[in-house]
Amino acid sequence: MNAYFVTLLDQALRALPSGALHWPAQRLLCVSDLHLGKSDRIARRDGRMLPPYETQATLARLDADIAALDPAHVVCLGDSFDDLAGEASLDEGERLWITRLQAGRDWTWIEGNHDPGPLTLGGAHRAELRIETLVFRHIAQEGATGEVSGHYHPKCRLRGTGGGRPAFLMDAHRLILPAYGTYTGGLACTDPALQRLLADPALAILTGPRAVPVPLPRP
Amino acid sequence: MTLSPRFAAWFAARGWQPHPHQLDMLAKADAPALLLIAPTGGGKTLAGFLPTLTDLAEGGHAGLHTLYVSPLKALAADIRRNLTTPVEEMALPIRIEDRTGDTSATRKKRQRADPPHILLTTPESLALLTSYEDAPRMFAGLKRVIIDEIHALSESKRGDQLMLALSRLDAMAPGLRRVGLSATVENPAALASELARHPEPCEILHADPGPDPDIAMLVTEERPPWAGGGAKYAIPAVLREVKRHKTTLIFHNTRAQAEIFFHNLWLANDEDLPIGIHHGSLSREQRERVEGAMVAGQLRAIVCTGSLDLGIDWGDVDLVIQIGAPKNVKRLIQRIGRANHRYNAPSKALLVPANRFEIVECVAALEAARDHDLDGDPKGPGPRDVLCQHILIRACAGPFDATELYREVKTVGAYAGISRAGYDDCLDFCATGGYALRAYDKWQRLKQTNGLWHLRDPRASQRIRMNLGTIQDTDTLKVRLRGRGKPLGEVEESFAATLTQGDTFLIGGEVVRYEGLRELTVEVSRRADKQPKIATFMGTKFATSTQLSQRILRMFRQSSWPELPGHTAGWLALQRRVSKLPEADRILVETFPHDGRNHLCAYGFAGRNAQATLGLLLTQRMEEQGLHPMGFVATDYATLVWGLDLVTDPAPLFAPDALREDFERWLGGNAVMKRTFRASATIAGLIERNTPAARKTGRQATFSSDILYDTLTRYDPDHLLLRITREEALRGLVDFGRIEEMLARTAGAIDHAPLDRVTPLAAPLFLEPGRVPVQASGAQRLMEEEAARLMAAAGLD
Repeated sequence: MNAYFVTLLDQALRALPSGALHWPAQRLLCVSDLHLGKSDRIARRDGRMLPPYETQATLARLDADIAALDPAHVVCLGDSFDDLAGEASLDEGERLWITRLQAGRDWTWIEGNHDPGPLTLGGAHRAELRIETLVFRHIAQEGATGEVSGHYHPKCRLRGTGGGRPAFLMDAHRLILPAYGTYTGGLACTDPALQRLLADPALAILTGPRAVPVPLPRP
Repeated sequence: MTLSPRFAAWFAARGWQPHPHQLDMLAKADAPALLLIAPTGGGKTLAGFLPTLTDLAEGGHAGLHTLYVSPLKALAADIRRNLTTPVEEMALPIRIEDRTGDTSATRKKRQRADPPHILLTTPESLALLTSYEDAPRMFAGLKRVIIDEIHALSESKRGDQLMLALSRLDAMAPGLRRVGLSATVENPAALASELARHPEPCEILHADPGPDPDIAMLVTEERPPWAGGGAKYAIPAVLREVKRHKTTLIFHNTRAQAEIFFHNLWLANDEDLPIGIHHGSLSREQRERVEGAMVAGQLRAIVCTGSLDLGIDWGDVDLVIQIGAPKNVKRLIQRIGRANHRYNAPSKALLVPANRFEIVECVAALEAARDHDLDGDPKGPGPRDVLCQHILIRACAGPFDATELYREVKTVGAYAGISRAGYDDCLDFCATGGYALRAYDKWQRLKQTNGLWHLRDPRASQRIRMNLGTIQDTDTLKVRLRGRGKPLGEVEESFAATLTQGDTFLIGGEVVRYEGLRELTVEVSRRADKQPKIATFMGTKFATSTQLSQRILRMFRQSSWPELPGHTAGWLALQRRVSKLPEADRILVETFPHDGRNHLCAYGFAGRNAQATLGLLLTQRMEEQGLHPMGFVATDYATLVWGLDLVTDPAPLFAPDALREDFERWLGGNAVMKRTFRASATIAGLIERNTPAARKTGRQATFSSDILYDTLTRYDPDHLLLRITREEALRGLVDFGRIEEMLARTAGAIDHAPLDRVTPLAAPLFLEPGRVPVQASGAQRLMEEEAARLMAAAGLD
């Protein structure tokens, strides 16, 4: 599926064009920053009622990735819901949809800064998760190694990409996932917050029809 | 009402005679709606205010008496100064204040508590005033409302918003009289019915239009070039005219052209004549400096754009020069009105065609002006995004009854035809978002309690007020250096849309390279060392009007053209000999090889926007038929397509049904639609331009409106906002309406002229900037090539 193969601390991983990370050896699929229930939170907070279809749109894409790869373990890397109330905003169909995706596989909700993880849905809750040499957590930590994280919603601009595309960023020690949720903006990978986390040689892997790697742009 | 002795004495003391239309306005002071059409300099504003001043002269009126609304903040301030003179000289007990976006918050607050007799404001400030809960108290005693430059307001959504606001005022101040002041327009009756409370009539007063303007085409020794819009060739001749006159206004159709022309004029200005530039992209300080210098009579010429179209009194202008074909006769007449503010003296104007075809256009425009044949397209029904905003504004002012508001809205001419279902769609959008498949039940914006609609959270009114208005910044795009935030200036959106990466162009006197479009900002990088690839900007934002295009087609039927300069008449005669001249009831399609490529030139005379849309549709069609189109370019009169294969039978390409079908398909994924969606969604209150506290977080919280567009298109394709977007795009940049007009006029009849070489009429298109390459391979391939190159360069491959 046009994925790009990377190696992080000797583990072979695949950056998928959808923005999900696949670890074939563990049959593990990892997605970050789903921000389900975002339109609901915006409506509650300032009265604007955005098209309330982002949960559907996000789950449809996740469903497609799961159907294609049949992972034994799905890790949601935090900010799966836009806030605590986001979980309550799911309708019955969306709840059942998540339950169906969870059936027959392990499912881990990593805590994010927006949500501690859903309380009424199945799956395990973790602040972080260690498997082999890798650690999965929401926000990258200074000096970490073999770390897979999310949080920043990195984006990368290149000719032909217009406003930029969500992108994986990585160096020898860490990999930062793009936001998987439909209503998510992005932080330019040239932002100092991201630049200082990554040491050269660093890569940005753009999502889209195919996962396309470029050397991490340095301003 | 008649002129009171006090006023008569004042007129006499100044050595003035009241104009007949000023007395007529007094006589008809009691008319519920009155439209005055008068040329600039005809004492129009005083005519509008005389009944008010007469009424207030006796004293005794407490609170607001007259509201004056104009499209420009500057106009409100200008009028305040002008009105203050008679009020002070006659010692009238009248308080006059203005209220615009520039008025201080404390003053605004005071004005609501203790309003002046006459308040001068803009449509946006008025809409804001009606959104306060205390609005009924403020407007209770209001007698008159004067709308200045109503012809200009009527051309945009600001006019629709204003008329909706008036319907609110009517409810708060029954018996309110409406006065509209307008420049010459093509259809006064239509404007009058916009002004009046529907279905009441509106009387129209015509002031003496004065003598016909003295308009001519500027004849230069040098021939205009075959293409382009800069009119650089005419600089010496223009400079000679400037020297011959006291003050000259030099109008351009676009800001970019004004910039380039000013630059060149300045280089040629060996006598150092004081010449200024004025356009909407300049900062307010710069504009005010030029305006001040002009009023003080310090400038000999001002290079300007539509920003000087409106009736601010600029003092003693004795010549107007229009650079480039005026595209629209009505605008030409209104611009010419800028010259010679002395009533009853003919205005003097010169037209400067920028290229050979524009000579034909200018001559056609001159004839139309002499025939008083003004153009204008009939307006469609009131836009519903503006109605959505109106409903939200109404909700800010307190609970309301849906049926009562519907009745109010129906009194606005533009919305008189709206069905209850159409209105309910808007109300439902404001209340629940109007989504078909998934309802917001808990977090609606508006709720209904005891039959009345109200904001669920009253605090939301602050956000609604902050985002009020219909002016969109989408006509121009800011240009910024990539990586750094420094803005360099602005370019027209239509120009930005033609750029592809690597193109270089001129802005603020420097050459920059186009890098990409990010949201609504053009990102560029500096290229100090190169000549710009695109030396002249693409043409105008305005397409040549339907009426003017038809006049040109009629000219083509003549056997000879004594009214045209010899070189231009010879050009048309040559075209007739080697091919043929386009006709109104058929589409001329020429096919010919040139420079190793096959070309197809279609003369639709549908205006630039529609011809560009036609180019997109034709190339899409040709691609499907395996004809390998490679690109196209469009002007106001034709589209030129080039590609690998010869088109032997063009008729099927123009089959009306097939064109319409392609159009439907193409429209969905089109960038124009996304921009149009953004504008309508902002007006309708779905997207906010301003938030109470712009949040600064580590990552960007906002996401592109394109995502909303894509999501709606996929999950709720019949949503109100998508329907509005479509309606808007059809009359705006996509302008399919003009393609329909072309199809109706020709019924798809094709004159196919297969030729072995470029024709005279097609030749200028080869020089036209704004060539659009057909990207069959698309952006993905471009991006992947770039990525591969970077990887290789970094040794990572």
